[in-house]
Amino acid sequence: MGIAQRLAMLFRIKANKALDKAEDPREVLDYSYQRQVEMLAQMRRGLAEVATSRKRLDLQGGQLKQSADKLEAQATEAVGLGKDDLAREALTRRAAVLQQIEDLRGQREALKSEEDNLTVGAQRLQAKVEAFRTRKETIKAAYTAAEARTKVNEAVSGISEEMGDVGLAMQRAEDRTAQMVARAGALDELMATGALDNAALPIGSQRDDIQAALEAARGGGASDIELQLAQLKGQLPAAEQQPALEQGKQRQEEAEP
Amino acid sequence: MIIRILSEGQYEIPDSDTGQLNELDDKLMDAVESDDAQAFRLALGELEVLVRKLGTPVPISVLKPSDAVLPAEDAEIDEVRELLHPDGLLPG
Repeated sequence: MGIAQRLAMLFRIKANKALDKAEDPREVLDYSYQRQVEMLAQMRRGLAEVATSRKRLDLQGGQLKQSADKLEAQATEAVGLGKDDLAREALTRRAAVLQQIEDLRGQREALKSEEDNLTVGAQRLQAKVEAFRTRKETIKAAYTAAEARTKVNEAVSGISEEMGDVGLAMQRAEDRTAQMVARAGALDELMATGALDNAALPIGSQRDDIQAALEAARGGGASDIELQLAQLKGQLPAAEQQPALEQGKQRQEEAEP
Repeated sequence: MIIRILSEGQYEIPDSDTGQLNELDDKLMDAVESDDAQAFRLALGELEVLVRKLGTPVPISVLKPSDAVLPAEDAEIDEVRELLHPDGLLPG
């Protein structure tokens, strides 16, 4: 026997277990319907979880993109200042961040495809459950034991196979989501511990080491202070220049620990 | 006969066309038994293309069990081996 028939048989065994238990076929119909409704609710929850995971990936992707852009700007500035080492460092980090972005994109696509499968599966199951509900009432209304058993068997086997199918799709999606959540968590941790060199921090929220080196290359972090000092000097009469200079020197020392 | 492709739905295939499907199904079985992932992928791909070509989708309001069930298009060989394991896997 090939794979296809064996799989079909396995699905049928599952359905028959429920059928064998009931004395009155009508009980099976109601019981099965109840399970279908539960299954649909479960699927909707599953879908929401998958969508949440995907959104989280989108968010991380956005953050990484910002870092890549920032590192690129830093590299450009470093080249402008003649600091090739610094530019090289920024570009190296950028490459690492781009690699992460690429990985995320692959993961996201896989998750999106699971999400799409699940959406279609849920719609299909919804329609089948609706058909089952109608069928169940018809069978019950025209109930004669012998006839009903055949019809019940067919309807229950059919819907139970459909449920098995979407159930499998959901298992796959859950597996994918679990992997994704683990990866996303690891990435969050990397960002938090600075293993990604703070590259993932939003622009302007914190000065990283490359930024600090760039500012030093531009004339030091105290350049603003120097400028203010020069302005002050220009404004003051000649006699008061001495104390102002001392004050300025002090401020400069504070700024350059 | 009715064939389901998992995560896709059911197709109705004329009985006269089942011969070539069985051949491919046997290939698929061989691939799983000899753990040949590449042959598996190839056979599964061919089989499902053929099912879609020969079959007509079963209307959504029809509630019938399938005579044959095929793994999802992107299924891995390990996944199918697990599916075939009698206890476990199939929810429902």
